[in-house]
Amino acid sequence: MIRDITIGQYYPAESVLHRLDPRTKILCTLLYIISLFLFQEWTGYLIATVFLCTAILLSKVPVTFIFRGVKAIMVLLVITVVFNLFLIPGEPVVRIWKLTITDQGIRTAVFTAFRLIYLIFGSSLMTLTTTPNQLTDGLERLLGPLRVFRVPVSELAMMMSIALRFIPILLEETDKIMKAQTARGADFESGNMIKKAKSLVPLLVPLFVSAFRRAADLAMAMEARCYRGGSGRTKMKPLAYGRRDAFAYLITVAYLLLLIGVMRFTK
Amino acid sequence: MENQYKMSLKLEQINYIYGTHTAYEMQALTDISLEIHKGEFIGVIGHTGSGKSTLMQLLNGLEKPSSGRVLFEGKDIWAEDFDRKMLRSKVGLVFQYPEHQLFETDVLSDVCFGPRNLGCSLEEARERAKKALAMTGIDEKYFADSPFDLSGGQKRRVAIAGVLAMQPDYLILDEPTAGLDPKGRDEILEQIAKLHRENGIAVLLVSHSMEDVANYVDRIIALNQGRLMYDDVPKAVFAHYRELAEAGLAAPNVTHILHSLRERGFDVDTEAVTVEDARDTILKAMEKSV
Ligand SMILES: Nc1ncnc2c1ncn2[C@@H]1O[C@H](COP(=O)(O)OP(=O)(O)O)[C@@H](O)[C@H]1O
Ligand SMILES: [Mg+2]
Repeated sequence: MIRDITIGQYYPAESVLHRLDPRTKILCTLLYIISLFLFQEWTGYLIATVFLCTAILLSKVPVTFIFRGVKAIMVLLVITVVFNLFLIPGEPVVRIWKLTITDQGIRTAVFTAFRLIYLIFGSSLMTLTTTPNQLTDGLERLLGPLRVFRVPVSELAMMMSIALRFIPILLEETDKIMKAQTARGADFESGNMIKKAKSLVPLLVPLFVSAFRRAADLAMAMEARCYRGGSGRTKMKPLAYGRRDAFAYLITVAYLLLLIGVMRFTK
Repeated sequence: MENQYKMSLKLEQINYIYGTHTAYEMQALTDISLEIHKGEFIGVIGHTGSGKSTLMQLLNGLEKPSSGRVLFEGKDIWAEDFDRKMLRSKVGLVFQYPEHQLFETDVLSDVCFGPRNLGCSLEEARERAKKALAMTGIDEKYFADSPFDLSGGQKRRVAIAGVLAMQPDYLILDEPTAGLDPKGRDEILEQIAKLHRENGIAVLLVSHSMEDVANYVDRIIALNQGRLMYDDVPKAVFAHYRELAEAGLAAPNVTHILHSLRERGFDVDTEAVTVEDARDTILKAMEKSV
């Protein structure tokens, strides 16, 4: 039931993209996203498509998994397309009742839709090839300089990784308790709002009890291992840039430069 | 014969796959067919991860098989018009660590939860709850206490009473002794055996410990990696003690001892499964050899 919700949708596979340093993936994805806003022409889309498709092929993630991300923004996508289609002035192409569709509108709608889809594809690809823990590690290192401004980066990263660790555990727990109460005749689906809210009590009370118990256990275990927070802690798997990371940065920057060059040229 | 077919819980060629269409697809059960009759006392054994819990959840319609049919008294439980709430009251399932599902402010109300969901009046629910609590040996003086203040073993018995109060014909217990001390374990098993004896409830006792089940059950279902390995009376299953060991399941210690004795030339009956029977047959063999 509830397990179908996946957070941190990592797809395990053996690929170059999986082996890249998370910092590389975060920064390159950022560059890629910026690049999507640099162009208005189809040539730009062509280059972005080649870049994206190469990355997807390299990742060995089935395309269906990448498409799943788009489902989540379907509503947003439809609204954007509809607004662009009807509200942009220009040469009228079709007229339905009081609404006009212009050639400029069609163009913008299509391009905006593609831009959104490409954006989702790119960021999905990053989360599909990077475990949540790697992502936190990467973010911690990238945000490291903020320590100068007294931002507790390590603590934030620790909280984030604990939260990430607990999400699947709590989902599993929810699933189990839900089943156990269903076995006792509980009904979580039917009834009006009030009845539904009431039916959550037998689920939420045990869930909170278990969450607190787990939190207390974890705190105890961390203290037993002398965790005192703060910086200077070493990692079990320290992040290290390799040659492939340099290569990835190189390709991404080359892609960006190519895009900027082509845009200049075609203008 | 017709009648007997009606009084049963039957699985037909069940397959169950977790996480279909995800990267974590996992076949938990493969081609399982079996039939459980009213009044039986069955032990379900298997290594951790062999699919015991999954199988039990299929029996009361908490999980839907990927393929195959589940029949309750001859009716397909996944048919459109089948009342699964009724099924869950007839096939009571006590999960592993059932004390984690307690939520009410007092013991009696928690046990009333099941019967109330079935539409019983408050009166009747209380009646049933008191009866169920008595069956699991919870003293009346605890009825008004918070279930969270009880000891581990008591909590578990309250949780079991919560299922018993629905008055099921079949009672499934998923590792009811996990995490209990030896005394708590024996008490719970004794109580379950008594339930079966006095009320005629069919009991499915899930365990990964042979010793636990050997003393009580009259039929054993052994699972190995999601497949049905054996389904027979205990002594017939334990006769395969070598294969069981390969599947990560130790036959009871007495089985190993009796087989070793037999190999060394003692005329013992290797089919004894309880410690008492083993003692008797060993004594007999000693007398003979003197
Ligand atoms: N909710 C679930 N989602 C995915 N896989 C599961 C789930 N529950 C159990 N499994 C897997 O199915 C297999 C059988 O599990 P289970 O029925 O719990 O076995 P047992 O109770 O015998 O230990 C195991 O490999 C387990 O990892
Ligand atoms: Mg289990």
